[in-house]
This record gives sequence, structure tokens and C-alpha cells, in this order.
Amino acid sequence: MSILKKIMTAVRGGAREVGELIVDANGTRIFEQEIKDADKHMRKAKQDLTEVMAKQMQAGRKAESLKAEISEHEGYTVQALEKDDEELALEIAEKIAGLETEFAEQEEVRKSFSEHVSRLKDLVKKAERQLKEYERQLCMVKTTESVQKASAAITDNFASSNSKILSAKDSLERIKKRQQNTYDRLAAAEELEAENSDQNLKQRMQAAGIGAKEKSGSSVLDRIKANR
Amino acid sequence: MNIQDLAIRLSDLQSFDGYQFECQPIPGEVDVLQVTVGDFEELPSYVSITDTQVLCITWLFTEDEVKPETRADMMEEMLELNIPIPLSAFAKIGDRYVIFGALSIDSSIEDICHELITLSENAVESISVLEEFLK
Repeated sequence: MSILKKIMTAVRGGAREVGELIVDANGTRIFEQEIKDADKHMRKAKQDLTEVMAKQMQAGRKAESLKAEISEHEGYTVQALEKDDEELALEIAEKIAGLETEFAEQEEVRKSFSEHVSRLKDLVKKAERQLKEYERQLCMVKTTESVQKASAAITDNFASSNSKILSAKDSLERIKKRQQNTYDRLAAAEELEAENSDQNLKQRMQAAGIGAKEKSGSSVLDRIKANR
Repeated sequence: MNIQDLAIRLSDLQSFDGYQFECQPIPGEVDVLQVTVGDFEELPSYVSITDTQVLCITWLFTEDEVKPETRADMMEEMLELNIPIPLSAFAKIGDRYVIFGALSIDSSIEDICHELITLSENAVESISVLEEFLK
């Protein structure tokens, strides 16, 4: 069964310890141990891999140097033949035969190391994937558990503080009211600000003798006199 | 980062994007931090930290508050809204509908603040939208 399905079943069953239902009585700890073991195996496989790769390179180098030696001696054989020294040429050729056998052996060793390396690489890859998978599953189990425990803690906290959890509608109403209040206050402040600056302008205009003049007794008397 | 660190850092912030945070640790088997963002006093977010994630959850409403005859329609609407709502997703814990955001454990304090503000705004917004399905 997939881990998600197990979690679902556990949650539906109202379990508080999801991990316990998923992995025996010791909860997630067994799972964590499995991950640690898988990690250890992978490290070991990687270590083996580097050692075998080093040996593979050594064998490769040895084969290369044998190859060089063979072609060098082939040159010597030609030189001996040019000097008509058939006997010496044969001796060198025998040496070449020995080198070629050694080269073939070395090639065999290198090939077997190569196969070993690719097998180990596959193994490491598989272990890595397995480890990632274990970690992903553990993460799901732990998160489910953590959320359930957190939820229980919050509920307990509400109960112990005797405070009531508001319904969503009530909460929304309160928040909206508060936001409206804030907006209203801001709007009022803005209006006040605008009025103040308006007042300020008027005063400055008056001081400069611009716009409507303030009515005074003498100006009214002047107007009445003029209309008479 | 653990809950205590987060509480101290959030409380130290005078304000972030014009919002203030109020933190209250909740005792229990796992550490939970109740965070109130600005004016959203009634809809606090609960932050908990696991090995890999920082989880911020806001409770929306319980099964009891849902009009039973519209439950399926509401669920469908919630699924439809899940992607358009920025950074948050709907979920259910027991009989409680929630909205939540999950962040990487390596998130910065700014990322967490941003998440908490968005989550609160999304919570109010979604209750407004889903109000018709509530008793």
C-alpha cells in the first residue's frame, strides 16, 4: 500500500499517532533507522566504488604501458632483421609474445573491474533512489503527525484559556468592521487635512488682499451711503 | 530556525509591509506559534516547523458551519479556487477546513512574513467568497 493511502486510512480512523499505525509500535523511529541503514549502505557502496575505480585505472595504465613496450620491441625486431640477425630477432619476438600474454591478462583484469564499477554504480543509484523515497515517505508521515499534534495543542489551548473559537462568519464580520473603521478614520483624517489646507490658503489669500474681503461695519456703512 | 527564534524575530520587526505581528507560543507536544497579523485578530495563523518545512495554517471553519446541502458545491469551489489563490491552498484537518502555506525550511524571515500576510488576506478573502455555503 502506498504511504499516502496508509496515512489516509490512519487519519480517517481518527488516529493521533499516525506513525504508529504505519510502522509498528515504535512509530516513525523504525523508519528513521531504516533510512540510517540505507544511508550507511550507500556510503559503503560509494567507498567500494572509488576503490574499484582506482584499481580499474591502475589496470588500464598497466595495459597501456605494456602496449607501448610491445610496439617498442616490434621496432627492435625490425632493426635486428635489417641487420640479418635472425637469432636476435627471434629472441626479441619471444619477449614480445610474453608481453602480449601479459597485456591480454591485464586487459582481462581491466574489463572485469569495469564491469564491477558499472555494477556498483547501479547499486549506488538504486540505494540513492531508495533513500530519497524513504525520506519522502518519512516526511509525509512526520508532517501528518506534526499537523495533528499542532491542531490538538491549539484546541487544548483554546479550552484551557476558556476562549471560544469564533465562527468564520463572525470572524469575517468583525474583521470587516475593523477594516471599515480604519478606512473611515483614515478618510476622516484626510478630510480634516484637506479642510485645514483650504483654511490655510484662505487666510494667506486674505492677508494678500485677494478674494472676498471680510465684512466690517465700516464697509457696510459705505455701501449703504453709496446706495442712498 | 525553530519556533522560539521565529517568535523573537517576528516580534522584533516593528512592521513589515505595514503590518504588525503578534506572536504567542502554544505549549504542546509540538511547538506551535500563534501569529496574528495586523487587523486580522480573529483569524490567527499557526506556524509549526518540521524537518523539511515551515507550515503556516489558518483555520477557516468547521464542518458544523457548512450548510450540508451545499457541501459538495463548496468543495468544488474550493478546488477551483486553490490555484488562483496566491501562495496558499485549502486543506482539511479533522473536521476543520483550513488554508495553509508550506515553505522550505531554509526560507528567510522575509519569506515567512510575506507568507503570513498573504495567508491572512487569503483567509478573509476566501471566507467572503465561501460565505454563501456557511450557515
